[in-house]
Amino acid sequence: MMFALDQLILLPILLPLTLGALLVLLRGHEQLKFVVSLGGTLCLLTAALALYLLTDREVWPNGVGVYLAGNWMAPFGISLVVDRLAALMLLLSTVIASAALIFSRRRWSRAGVHFHSLFQFLLTGINGSFLTGDLFNLFVFFEIMLAASYGLLLLGLQPRRIRASMQYVVINLIASSIFLIGIALIYAACGTLNLADLSQRATSLDDTQRLLLETGAAILAIAFLTKGAMWPLGFWLPATYAAAAPPVAAMLVLMTKVGIYVILRLWLLIFAGQEDHWHTLSGMALVAGGLLTLCFGTLGLLSNLEPGRMAGFSAIVSSGTLLIAIGYGGPAVVSAALFYLVSSTLAVAAFMLLLELIERIRDPGAELLAQTMEAFDIDDAADESAGVAIPAATAFLGLSFVTCALIMAGLPPLSGFVAKFSLLHALLNPASASLAVSTLTFVIIALVIFSGLAAIIALLRFGVRVFWSIPGMKPPRLHLSEALPASGLLLLCILLSLGAGPASDYLARTSAALHQPGQYSERVLSSTPVPGAGIPDGEIP
Amino acid sequence: MEAIIAIAIGILFASGVWLILRPRTFQVIIGLMLMSYAVNLFIFIMGRLTVNQPPLTTTRNIDSSQFADPVTQALVLTAIVIGFATTALYLVLLLTSRGLTGTDHVDGREPRL
Repeated sequence: MMFALDQLILLPILLPLTLGALLVLLRGHEQLKFVVSLGGTLCLLTAALALYLLTDREVWPNGVGVYLAGNWMAPFGISLVVDRLAALMLLLSTVIASAALIFSRRRWSRAGVHFHSLFQFLLTGINGSFLTGDLFNLFVFFEIMLAASYGLLLLGLQPRRIRASMQYVVINLIASSIFLIGIALIYAACGTLNLADLSQRATSLDDTQRLLLETGAAILAIAFLTKGAMWPLGFWLPATYAAAAPPVAAMLVLMTKVGIYVILRLWLLIFAGQEDHWHTLSGMALVAGGLLTLCFGTLGLLSNLEPGRMAGFSAIVSSGTLLIAIGYGGPAVVSAALFYLVSSTLAVAAFMLLLELIERIRDPGAELLAQTMEAFDIDDAADESAGVAIPAATAFLGLSFVTCALIMAGLPPLSGFVAKFSLLHALLNPASASLAVSTLTFVIIALVIFSGLAAIIALLRFGVRVFWSIPGMKPPRLHLSEALPASGLLLLCILLSLGAGPASDYLARTSAALHQPGQYSERVLSSTPVPGAGIPDGEIP
Repeated sequence: MEAIIAIAIGILFASGVWLILRPRTFQVIIGLMLMSYAVNLFIFIMGRLTVNQPPLTTTRNIDSSQFADPVTQALVLTAIVIGFATTALYLVLLLTSRGLTGTDHVDGREPRL
């Protein structure tokens, strides 16, 4: 039974990889491709849900499942590890992927040749980054994810997208080089790249090795913070988000969170529990970077009128808040930050999907869209009968927009408010004396509240301009497959606020497990290969 | 020997950095390639410099200082392949951009003078 369960850990990587390869072969069968792709993504959703339950019920000891690829013992072979945090992120990524995929059915999936394959490869990369148990595989999955995202960003091949992609690709190639330098330094210091092994060895290094490890970790952090869009490494983000097609932009929102996830994981695994100057210093660097990111995002949000850029800046605001919380530290703060992560990712992704629909009221975007459609010979008229146009489109859009704005700004009664409230509560009620309330705490609280205020001002201004001040507005035609994903994501946010109690309990357990890296590494290193499957028994001929 | 390799990597990387800060896409791609060469060499020497020594053996209980580190060799192979693929992808993008915008400037348009 356990053997079968262990295989489930591999599924979120293997399934999209296989499907992506198979979908390349299906040429021209758009409907079939969509059905296969969606079926695969829904399977992943089920698998992620199963992993979520398995880790939380502690079916595996300590809620950590390990899959030893190639049946090699942990520090030597490739290990895939799922714990509560990884399962949560998997669930989040598959939910957003399903929404983006359904949204893309009507238009975007046909704007490029291999949309579905690239989409599945993107999922492989994202899921792999969440599941991998060693640094070098993290690099490999990161590259898979990035390569797929380059292709998806170019979808439709408009000059604006090409220009944005050129910068996005160069920045990510440089970040990958930096990533490799960090990995090499950490290997030189510790002689291992397995995260669990690193976590144990980091405590028993001499001074020279320790210095190498710290340098390596700092260099590695530059790569992840570029991905996570910390100021000043996040300048690429607004232009890229604004240029991407809506379903792709929703996936990009998720990819920023991959950077944040890795920082959370590495930092807590390797450096947590070591109350030394380095820990304090790196924590302060994250808090300071987060504060600057928050300021940058807030100012950007206030100064931009273009919706795509506004969405980009709200993603930066969310990154900034998360970085502050991670750097500040403490189980309660991290647990609140995870709640914020889930709620803000869902909301910003929904906002990305809504934007295109809202743009149809405003119209200037329709022209660009028409160009793409013409270039790729998409016949819109033939499709009119296929989808069901939903009634009261303007009311629906208005309502969804308000919900989205409330969550993103953190106003009651929705999940954004719950997240921010619990974050502020955790900041003001420190668990240990080393995290006592100080001036810094109040600066953070003031900035977080101010960023919420700025978000609501910017979003209201946008809402008023779109919904109230256009004379002779025609209600746009919305199809069910376009309205459903965004409203589904928002519905999840609403459910999250209704079930805030159980959700917070779960996240508190997640955060508590993260703060005990010993359990994680012990579990990974003690997992045994499957017996009798032709393992080398040590006798070399 | 360590000093020579270190200086070589430094020069490669510095040239790469200088080139990616240039405005033409061709300069940028050459810069990226130089940087990835530097990084690959860097990973390779992290297993310590050894000359004429094998990475693998079939005998047990060996003196590990008599062998080259096989892990960095495996890592660098993967890094080379991935770097090669992504650089090729950028090359395609570069040509597309040149074709669609008519300029090889990284911004997709000539700076106004």
